[in-house]
Amino acid sequence: MKSSVIVFPGSNCDRDVAVALERLQFKNSMVWHKETELPKSDLIVVPGGFSYGDYLRSGAIAAKSNILSEVISAGKKGALVLGICNGFQILIECGLLQGALLRNSGLKFISKDILVKVQSNKNKFFNKYKSDEILKLNIAHNEGNYFTNKKHLEELENNELIPIKYCDEKGNINLKSNPNGSINNIAGIFNKNKNILGMMPHPERMADKILSGEDGLGLFLSLMN
Amino acid sequence: MKFAVTVTLKKDVLDPQGKVVGQTLKNMGIKNLNQVRQGKFFEIDMNEKDSAKAESQVKEMCEKLLANQIIEDFKINKAE
Repeated sequence: MKSSVIVFPGSNCDRDVAVALERLQFKNSMVWHKETELPKSDLIVVPGGFSYGDYLRSGAIAAKSNILSEVISAGKKGALVLGICNGFQILIECGLLQGALLRNSGLKFISKDILVKVQSNKNKFFNKYKSDEILKLNIAHNEGNYFTNKKHLEELENNELIPIKYCDEKGNINLKSNPNGSINNIAGIFNKNKNILGMMPHPERMADKILSGEDGLGLFLSLMN
Repeated sequence: MKFAVTVTLKKDVLDPQGKVVGQTLKNMGIKNLNQVRQGKFFEIDMNEKDSAKAESQVKEMCEKLLANQIIEDFKINKAE
């Protein structure tokens, strides 16, 4: 499989994603934000970090960069697009995903391991996981508090467009297991066609047993399925 | 021609920063304070003599970049 990782000034998880992908034999290219053409790719990753120093709003400036218009048209044509953390914020700002990511309800930058529960595995990104499986992933963000209108929220809930929700060790999804105030404990969402995924947790940080864990590896393995 | 643009969170969106600022002001002894909403301010200088045209361009800037209309409102004022 061929993949492209988009790199902005201020991206800092781009190389981590590339290492995880290359370990699984993806043929990966790093694509600088000023490029106007995207190499042919089955998967496009918009990585985490602080693109353009989070100026204006997280992801707002990156959403208007040259390469993003290519990502938008590829995504609309059905290419797999994965936005992680700041990448999720960028996908929202450019309109590929709906809603908004507000400042964390506790007003603090949160960097810690959290648990998420797989809500649905009937998609390209989570098919290697069991439904209801609990994963340990890492979050590191200041604006991860997902918000959307009632109508869109119902659409997400009724069409299995929320693949992961924050939970505790027992799998309870409630206020206590919600780190950032995200509506309905949402940790990630799909577009209608489920080819575009935005998520706040970092699967690439849990892709190596020696470093931290392997719970995130399944996502990249699922993509190869 | 200069314009002053203010972007604030919509009324029904929680503004935690404004809340903390408001609470701090209350703690400082300002008893008659209702609430504080925090926002962003932009001063936009346009090289354009047609004020209607300039204003509609500034409006477009707000809609396309300066404000995220899902969560934010904007106000445009002509500055002297």
